[in-house]
Amino acid sequence: MRDDLTVRDVSIIGIGQVPVGEHWDRSLRHLAYEAILAAVRDGGIDRIDALYIGNMLSGELNSQEHLGALVADFAGLRGVEAVKVEAACGSGAAALRMGYIAVAGELADVVVVCGVEKMTDTIGDDTTSALAMAADADYEASQGLSFVAINALLMRRYLHEYGFSHSDFAHFTVNAHRNAANNPYAMFRHPVTVEAFRQARMIADPINLLDSSPICDGAAAVVLAPTAWVRGRGRRNVRIAASAIATDSVSLHDRRDPLWLDAVALSAQKAYKQAGVGPQEIDLFELHDAFTIMSALSLEASGFAPRGGGVRLAMEGDIFIGGRIPISTMGGLKARGHPVGATGIYQVVEVVAQLRGEAGANQVGDAHWGMAQNIGGSGATVITTILEGGE
Amino acid sequence: MRIAQNWRLKAQRYSLVGEVCGECGAKIFPPRDVCPECAKPAREPYVFSGRGEVYSYTTLYDAPAGFQQFVPYTVALVKLEEGPLIAAQLTDVDPEEVHIGMPVEMTARRLSVEGDEGLIQYGYKFRKRFWHS
Repeated sequence: MRDDLTVRDVSIIGIGQVPVGEHWDRSLRHLAYEAILAAVRDGGIDRIDALYIGNMLSGELNSQEHLGALVADFAGLRGVEAVKVEAACGSGAAALRMGYIAVAGELADVVVVCGVEKMTDTIGDDTTSALAMAADADYEASQGLSFVAINALLMRRYLHEYGFSHSDFAHFTVNAHRNAANNPYAMFRHPVTVEAFRQARMIADPINLLDSSPICDGAAAVVLAPTAWVRGRGRRNVRIAASAIATDSVSLHDRRDPLWLDAVALSAQKAYKQAGVGPQEIDLFELHDAFTIMSALSLEASGFAPRGGGVRLAMEGDIFIGGRIPISTMGGLKARGHPVGATGIYQVVEVVAQLRGEAGANQVGDAHWGMAQNIGGSGATVITTILEGGE
Repeated sequence: MRIAQNWRLKAQRYSLVGEVCGECGAKIFPPRDVCPECAKPAREPYVFSGRGEVYSYTTLYDAPAGFQQFVPYTVALVKLEEGPLIAAQLTDVDPEEVHIGMPVEMTARRLSVEGDEGLIQYGYKFRKRFWHS
């Protein structure tokens, strides 16, 4: 994608979300509708030009594809342009990228992007198999590797190469749960201790239950519109300063250096260039903490820590609210929850709330630049979005 | 039950057939149509020795559908002696004994079972190597 073109500025003028959890009483389409309705009300809009749905697993887990038309119709938008976008766990932010392209490229003015996932209609091992579709079916999943196992291979190697112990990762989880306690949309609103982290049930060693984000349902939505339309509306404007997708091999074994997430580095560098800022200017970072190891690797490849130094930011408290680079400020994937295709939109909704100064007890002081990073698979699709809060 | 999808992979699953790049000589597994080192077309088959060492490993206690009967089982990234990494299960080994750098070799085993009427998949797994050759 060319970076040298001048496109019109795009703002996020509405945000909406439903609480992440096990919504046995609500269907996929109903969850999506609730999030869209909340975002449309928040944005105060009366027209929509296009709807983009981010979702990974509706075909496998809900026997339902064709979500663009399905959700548009159910939300009372019959007739509108609507399609689903899929990039594994990065589906939400990938859909946002498509919405951004539409508005920035002047093909649409008002676009709604909704991430939705319904993961609790199936039983555990079917959901585990479905999630493994983010990996290589012929050479990873067929060997019995779950998605957790792929992350465990990364974590084991990380501990070996850099000489850390598993409990050094505890503060990623402690931070996420502490922040989720103040987020009414979070799934786990209870604190977790370092001792509980050490004792948690093993899933694929060294990854245990408290390294891992939960299986859950959720939906979140944003409304995009040209920045020129929204200046002077009274509320703090939040502009999309950068939007960048990069890719890497889907399979871990096809990477020359598995501990360096190339697509994270590529998408972050592109995003910094677009926004005209560097990691030192970023006030908060909603990263893709599906597993604690991914937090460390993302912090490193995004330029917040040197190689092998990501986990130190957790050990030394730099990632806490009030620290050098607060992460997972509303609970992150670990404690807000990780309804996979919805996650990328939850992250952006949370960054918008921070930049508007609406994050309540978890408000990051003087937040001006916020970054969100959504990762598909073990780093194969990475979408970095930088938002700027304005007057 | 995906018969053709599995049948297509028989040379890789049973004999570790990859490719060697005619331009730069890189050994490639799994096979692909473009050499990852030099981006030239890669088409010449190459049979890997099956020898390598453990690059990383994990033991699974929660398994995907089709693999529960094997729990707990150990999977690894194996660094093949020709260069590439491969993801595979380890077999005939005590999980406590596995370590990074452990020499391993390819063997063939049952990979997964799709219930009473589905496919039984066979393919490579790796076991501890007892001698260096």
